[in-house]
Amino acid sequence: MRAFLAILGRDLRLSLGSGGIGLPVVFFLLVATLYPFAVGPDGALLAKTGGGVLWVAALLAALLPIDRLIAPDAEAGVLDQYAVRGVGEEMIAAAKITAHWIGFGPPLMLAAVPASAMLRLDGETLAAVELGLLAGTPGLAALGVMVASLTAGLRRGGALAGLLMLPLAIPLIIFGAGSIGDFGGGALRFLAASSLFLVAVAPFAAGAGIRALRE
Amino acid sequence: MTASLALSNLACVRGGRVLFKGLNATLGPGDALLLTGPNGVGKSSLLRLIAGLLPAYAGTVTHAGSLALSDENTALDPRLPLAKALGYWTGMDGTGPTAVAAALEALDMTRLAEVPVRLLSTGQRRRANLARVLASEADIWLLDEPGNGLDTASLALLESAIAAHRAQGGIVVVASHQPLGLADAEALALEAAE
Repeated sequence: MRAFLAILGRDLRLSLGSGGIGLPVVFFLLVATLYPFAVGPDGALLAKTGGGVLWVAALLAALLPIDRLIAPDAEAGVLDQYAVRGVGEEMIAAAKITAHWIGFGPPLMLAAVPASAMLRLDGETLAAVELGLLAGTPGLAALGVMVASLTAGLRRGGALAGLLMLPLAIPLIIFGAGSIGDFGGGALRFLAASSLFLVAVAPFAAGAGIRALRE
Repeated sequence: MTASLALSNLACVRGGRVLFKGLNATLGPGDALLLTGPNGVGKSSLLRLIAGLLPAYAGTVTHAGSLALSDENTALDPRLPLAKALGYWTGMDGTGPTAVAAALEALDMTRLAEVPVRLLSTGQRRRANLARVLASEADIWLLDEPGNGLDTASLALLESAIAAHRAQGGIVVVASHQPLGLADAEALALEAAE
């Protein structure tokens, strides 16, 4: 538990220090700003499609910090030092997922408030988006760390990470965007289930990825 | 707990090539093992194998006591002051700030405690790496080329730190090209396997 908290604290400190938290939020807000420019100021159209746009923006924002989740620690020998101390790879992955989620989940939920204003979303839709983000962002964080550990040893791993992560995030985006509409309750449950599944699987997959990095 | 380390019939294969095989060694409290041999013969691999970072192809490594590894990676956050960066690892090891202060003192780095790691010179970084091992208060030290980049004064500090560690019942495994003053160390010369 001491190792878990230490890794969590360090990763949070690093992401705060390197602007890792600000970047996804600014990106998310930028997408929400650009979309009305692209489709025009038709309030009804914006309100109808805006929720889905926020979900795409959240997914892309989650991709941004991926290349600094695992690779720098592997190169600096930090992961080796964890292993020498007998810290389990699954524990490392779980701590990193938690830190990554704290670093981008709640900030995105805050940023969704001004973003919803720009997309003319009403209060009900905003509430659905917030609830969806709360359920879905842990899954995105888990997916991010998993993909980061699989691509950490590769050159240009960042670009490949995007190609790997986006298809795997399809269930999250379908149910996330679906949770906004008229039959949102069922979609929200599916969203929470897919997110939970990713959170449960990712520490083991990412742990195996971290072990494989040592060779 | 008394520290011990035993290698039995150890073999290592990397990239389909046999690096070494049939290695045996038994170390008890206060013992030191000096690994020598030409480049690429598997000294670093043997240290990583003992540290549990590589799987053994054959044979076993058994150890009692905690491990600390010093290799070419400093593993200290470059932006943090040295003492804080070391403190991250002591926090995880449960040894605390006094261990950091003692390690910095032993390697004559006390006045560098507040300097960010990224500003340290090559030799200072090397000593910081060794300070991380000292501060961990681990029973078994695995040192890969610890003398690289160190000046004469620092080498003497390293030798006395190793001597002090052994006097307290610790074990040291060193891979080194440079002659290090290790009193009655067991020497293991690795040779290129066929």
